[in-house]
Amino acid sequence: MEAIYIMWLRQLKRFWRSKPRILSSLAQPLLFLIALGFGFGPIYTKAGGGNYMQFLAPGIIAMTVLFTAMFSGIEVIWDREFGFLKETLVAPVSRAKIMIGRSLGGATVAFLQGLLVLIICMLVGFEPLKTIALPMALLFMFLIALFFTAFGTAIASMLQDMQAFPLIMNFILMPLFFLSGALFPLDGMPKAITIVTKLNPLSYGVDGIRASLTGVSHFGIGVDLLVMSVITVIIFALGSYLFSKIQI
Amino acid sequence: MDNKKEDIIIDVENLSKKFGDFIAVNNISFKVKHGEMFAFLGPNGAGKTTTIKMLTTLLNPTGGSIRLNGFDPSESKDKARHSFGIVFQDPSLDDELTAYENMEFHSVLYNVPKEVRKKRIQYLLKLVELWDRKDNLVKTFSGGMKRRLEMARGLIHHPRILFLDEPTLGLDPQTRNHIWKYIKQLNRKEGMTVFFTTHYMDEAERVSDNIAIIDHGKIIKQGNSKYLKKITRTKSLEDAFLKLTGHSIREEDASSIDMLRSHRRWRHH
Repeated sequence: MEAIYIMWLRQLKRFWRSKPRILSSLAQPLLFLIALGFGFGPIYTKAGGGNYMQFLAPGIIAMTVLFTAMFSGIEVIWDREFGFLKETLVAPVSRAKIMIGRSLGGATVAFLQGLLVLIICMLVGFEPLKTIALPMALLFMFLIALFFTAFGTAIASMLQDMQAFPLIMNFILMPLFFLSGALFPLDGMPKAITIVTKLNPLSYGVDGIRASLTGVSHFGIGVDLLVMSVITVIIFALGSYLFSKIQI
Repeated sequence: MDNKKEDIIIDVENLSKKFGDFIAVNNISFKVKHGEMFAFLGPNGAGKTTTIKMLTTLLNPTGGSIRLNGFDPSESKDKARHSFGIVFQDPSLDDELTAYENMEFHSVLYNVPKEVRKKRIQYLLKLVELWDRKDNLVKTFSGGMKRRLEMARGLIHHPRILFLDEPTLGLDPQTRNHIWKYIKQLNRKEGMTVFFTTHYMDEAERVSDNIAIIDHGKIIKQGNSKYLKKITRTKSLEDAFLKLTGHSIREEDASSIDMLRSHRRWRHH
């Protein structure tokens, strides 16, 4: 247990010590929020969708969690590059524990970033329904954080170096974000896109946060919770397996 | 020669590792006795680090067998990992943590009892003269300081087998002496087996009980330094080494990880 704790603690210390990184990772969500929120807001309202900021904010929170979580998972490659990975790989602790510890740490960091963005959203005009819904939204944020940290770790475990990084960005991370219902409602989409959004884990995370904070839901909050919980367990099993197979 | 089974703590038979067409380790066999200081010597790119990686569960062999403290490192990885500690050739510290935090992190992963943790960390950081820098981030350290910290970290827990891949590279003679004295002491007092590589032949001659010389992935001679000097009719281990491996300068060969990478890339094409 102590091993999981120290891996977790390490991720948090690294996060806390890189304040420029914290700030810069808040810049992107803020930009999206302002540019899209105020830019598309009037059109969205004219089309009868209501207040766009109310719709967008949960998506931007999910985006922040997604990016931070994926990056902290992929950080495994950095650790490999800088040698620290070896230190953890030969330790007399099962690699599953190492993987779980570092993923919990990464997920906690991603969750905290999401929390900061939630606060920012409220500062620019987002109004959550009622305070009772907040714990549920936080749960969804943490599930997104857990899933994508483990997902990032799983991918990084199969890579030898940083060369694949742009590929991950453009072919995994960006599609996950744009095809999740974070920016636009999923109703009335072409069939192909509907299928993709249904297969996208983030769709259920975004929907869960939105359902908790604004009461508007596409899949239903029960489905969101069930899907997110099940796939998080699965990805942790898969991630631990791949992590335990790493050779250096 | 005493060759009782229980005396052998590392037993390597016909071990091989190939990266594509490149044979890094070619069918080597050797035994290391319990409590021995075993020097594994060879020029750059001879296969030393690849062998150590196979012994320490980081790489799976292509062929042959390893028994490490009775376990097979490619099968019972966790059990094998409980048996050894290692100081790597290249850095494996976390730059974003302080020296003390790196030591503490290691003690937790290696299950060093809480009562002795603080004392041992203090003792070792003083030994490598880093105690007054203990709360500095490692990224502010010079190369030599990182090396010393790495050494100190490798000695926090007292494993049955300690692997040292060029432990004293780049250190001044004073520090080297301190460190070897401490290792020797652990070896005597706790019966810890030490398996090390080095390019300093005088060090190997002074501290080792047994030596294996590897070149081009093959073991070319084994024995203690007295024996190696005798068969080559030389006066120092350095001369014996040169006589056995030749005088030509080796290109710094690509490390095994580079081999692994280029091989994987090649396979994908």
